[in-house]
Formats: sequence, structure tokens, C-alpha cells
Amino acid sequence: MRQHLVITAITAALTFSAASFAADPAAGKAAWNAEHAQTDGSPARSCATCHGQDLTQAGRHAKTGKVIEPMAPSVNLQRLTDPEKIEKWLARNCKWTFERECSTNEKADFISYIKTQ
Amino acid sequence: MNNSKRILSMIAIGLFSLGVVSVAFSDDDNDDDGRSRNHKNSGWVESRADIAPVTNATYGKECGSCHMAYQPGLLPATAWTQVMTPAALANHYGDDASLSDTIRNEINGYLSANAADHAAQTRAQAFAVAAAPNAQNQGNALPRITKTRYFMRKHDEIPARLVTGNPEVGSFSQCNQCHRGAADGVYNEHQVSIPGHGRWAD
Repeated sequence: MRQHLVITAITAALTFSAASFAADPAAGKAAWNAEHAQTDGSPARSCATCHGQDLTQAGRHAKTGKVIEPMAPSVNLQRLTDPEKIEKWLARNCKWTFERECSTNEKADFISYIKTQ
Repeated sequence: MNNSKRILSMIAIGLFSLGVVSVAFSDDDNDDDGRSRNHKNSGWVESRADIAPVTNATYGKECGSCHMAYQPGLLPATAWTQVMTPAALANHYGDDASLSDTIRNEINGYLSANAADHAAQTRAQAFAVAAAPNAQNQGNALPRITKTRYFMRKHDEIPARLVTGNPEVGSFSQCNQCHRGAADGVYNEHQVSIPGHGRWAD
């Protein structure tokens, strides 16, 4: 039963169909801009390193320079519409930025922040 | 009369052979892929693909979202297979590029089947010949197109300031910053334009 609830919560977080969990856009915003020192000596990173601080603007991949379309659903209707894509990129980008995977709460905060943009 | 005729024809023969020699020695791209007939549109030199363009949509989407989707003909199959293991993707030249097994297998299959050692274009085949020993010399490091012998030979005269020292280019991995037809597999020198510098001809 408990496991079932957790799975439901995760699914809700990833598809943001429910507002019943404590996702905090302000916490998401703070985490978005927080710089993280890298153990391999690379310059510190945050989500904004590639996506920028203004989510309505396009970003740029720090290494390849490839343009990243805006994250804000208000200007990019494709954002937050594909749960698999969201999961894939949260997994990759948390590892790249924080050198670890993000918790369910952290992911929910990011998504709730992006949603308000 | 007879003598001057003979001299004239000797000069003519001399000039002719000089011409032949200079054609044979020229490093121009016009005639080095005569077998390939991958012409696009009407331009012969301008737009023929000397590396077969990307045809797999999954590859184009998954890999092309971060960097140019390098044509499979730019590395041999063994090298692509090394790049596409789960461990290699988790540390993909410094990035996490992990994929689901389904997608990973599809992309690896596509890359291997169309790799340099299976390509029809002579330029792609050159990447296969050159890359094999080089890939082994890189130890545990992942293979790189830019470390293949063919690639290095073709770029060895380009000063670093125009590429790595050029903020508009940044690295030799950014094919399409200078090779304006790179996304379509067109790498001949006629479509080279280095940002802030212009055309490059060797």
C-alpha cells in the first residue's frame, strides 16, 4: 500500500497531474540558479549554465554550443508534455550538474518552477 | 622549319605533362570522390554528400539534441560500438547521455550498419582505414572522430587560433561551424567558411 502511494506520487510529480504534493516553485527556482562546484575541476555549474536564468529565452549547451529551445511552457508549448522526455533529462542533467541523481522532491520543485514560467 | 616544328611539339608535350602532373598532385577536392554520385540539387561541387547523410530519425533526435548528429560514416563500427555502451554513454565525453536499452540498441545498430567501414563514399572509407589503429592507441578513452588519422591529416595546417582559439568555433568537434554543409554530409573544401576568417583552401 505504502509502495503504491509512493509510485502514485512519483507518477504525479512527473506528469504534474496532481497538485496534492508539496512541490515548491520558489525552491525550484533557487535550486535552478544554485551553482555547484565540480569534483573534476570544471567550472561550477547550475541549470542556468546551459538553460539561462530567463526560461523564456533559448539557452546554449555549455560544451557544444547547441541552442536549447526555451524551457518555459508559456513560450514553448512542447515543454512538459512528454513524461519520458522529462524523466530522461532530469536524470541526465541532475547527474551533470549535481553529480548525483535528484530526489523526487527536487524534481517536483523543478517541474513546478518551470510550469510557472 | 622541321626543327622549329619539333621544338614546338616538345614544348607542347612538356607543358601538357606539367599540367597532368599538377592535376595529379593537387589536393583539391574536385576529383577525389569520383565514384560517389550523391549529388543534391544541381550543384556538382557545392552540394554532393561525400559522407552519407543521417537517415535514422531516432539517432538524429536523440544525439542531435546536444550536438551535430555526426554521420555514421565518420567512424568505423567498432568505434561506434565502444561509444554506445551504457557505461560509455553515462560518461559521454564529460556528459551523461544515458539512453534506454531499446533506443540505445536501435542507434547502435544504425551507426554500425552505416559505419565508415561499410560506407560507399571514399571519404567515409578513409575514416575507417585511419581510425582503427588510432582508436586502439587511445587507451580507455572513447574514440574520437577528431583523433582519426584521416581527420588530423586533413586539418593539420589549420592554425589553432581559427578553431580552438576562435570563440565562434571552440573545437574541432563543431564540424558545422566551418563546414557549412556538414549537417548534410558535405565536407568538401568549397563549403568551408571559418567564422571570422572566411574561406579556407589548402
